[in-house]
Amino acid sequence: MTGAVARARAVAATVTDPEMPMLTLVDLGVLRDVHQQDDGTIVVTITPTYSGCPAMATMRDDLKHALASAGMDRVDVRMSLAPAWSSDWITADGRRKLEAHGIAPPHAAPTASAGAVPLILVPHRPVVQCPQCDCLETEQLSAFGSTACKTLHRCRGCGEPFERIKEI
Amino acid sequence: MNDHDTPYAVDEDTHGQWAFGTSFDAPLSGVDATLAEGIEGADLATYCLMLADDALISAQRLAQWCANAPELEEEMALANVGLDLLGQARLLLARAAAAHPAIVPALPDGSPVPADDALAFFRDEPHFRCLRLVELPNGDFAQSITRLLVFATFRLATLQRLRDSRDPVLAAVAAKGVKEVTYHRDYAARWFLTLAGGTAESRRRLEGAITSVWPYVDELFAPNPVEQRLAATGAAVDSTTLRGEFDDVVEQVFRAALLPVPAVRAAARVAGRSGRDGTHTEALSYLLAEMQSVARAHPTGAW
Repeated sequence: MTGAVARARAVAATVTDPEMPMLTLVDLGVLRDVHQQDDGTIVVTITPTYSGCPAMATMRDDLKHALASAGMDRVDVRMSLAPAWSSDWITADGRRKLEAHGIAPPHAAPTASAGAVPLILVPHRPVVQCPQCDCLETEQLSAFGSTACKTLHRCRGCGEPFERIKEI
Repeated sequence: MNDHDTPYAVDEDTHGQWAFGTSFDAPLSGVDATLAEGIEGADLATYCLMLADDALISAQRLAQWCANAPELEEEMALANVGLDLLGQARLLLARAAAAHPAIVPALPDGSPVPADDALAFFRDEPHFRCLRLVELPNGDFAQSITRLLVFATFRLATLQRLRDSRDPVLAAVAAKGVKEVTYHRDYAARWFLTLAGGTAESRRRLEGAITSVWPYVDELFAPNPVEQRLAATGAAVDSTTLRGEFDDVVEQVFRAALLPVPAVRAAARVAGRSGRDGTHTEALSYLLAEMQSVARAHPTGAW
């Protein structure tokens, strides 16, 4: 890794997710690669969490802005679609930060099935610990939350609602 | 660090904005658009429009539930499902434009509208390739849930096979989409059971919903020449091969709901044509008028 790439990577690693600003793009597993082309351009590759993630353009802008502020003007931010993002890519650091900010981290993502995707008629009820009071008596209110990547829960112990990152 | 909550903290390069017509790159920025050998660009574009329009029109219908759903949680759920589909639609529209640029509607010189937006907002009704199922009015909650169950079951079966497409972009879109649509189908199926086992009124409404949605099911599996040509090259999935898996899933849900799988007559085609051929129900024209009017009024607008 050249000095320029290391420097660019260090700067890119400070950029945060616009919807969950406690996480950097590295914590979230969205920053996939930083390299330098022969012409000197720094190429940063990010991947969307969900197809409709509205934060992608903001991430791209924020990366360009952060790198420009660090004196790197020739920057190309690219998107990669494959392999598809998985919640398993959230780092241990990211999980700790999520919990500290009241968002329950995801369990292990389901593995892709080769044949037909099995229908799950009985709601999946994983044991989720309340990130506020650590109580295990919690319930899922909805499989969809305030952003594409979260579900909505309520703690029966402290009575507070909280969100959780969905497994995909 | 950037302040996303302050509309005034915007750079001269429209930094921080991402709405329709802004200068940010197309959704497939940096993704290789080369066609694999033996794949006809025009066919691939048409096929991408079919998949994209199904998702785009579904997303628009789901968005119409905002401020109308029975509970806030359901409103968020339906909007989230719509957002996933809108994302899939944008990627697929961009793929269609890259595979065959001639399909993108011409816009005035200097228009900043990217290809995916041009396809969404500047095509007329006969150029839309969506199934008639997805354009039907929402009806009541039972009807929207029944339609979502049918659509998500069909789309999940499609995307699951499309992960092996010889077109790498379609394969990647499908691999992401499978994860998303799995949630959509399970959500719809569980609500279907709740309505079936709820009150006499919810069951009556569900039975009504089935009667109104089911005539549009056969069309999902009708043979389509573009799709079949592309399927022969390994790029597409022939929908006629998906009926068995669809019926299996539907049977599981109906059995759990203690309802018979309906045997209703399919909605007639018009002179042999239906949604995939650009022949739609009246409902699509009203939907497009609402969805497209602002963009069409300002074809050179930046936002």
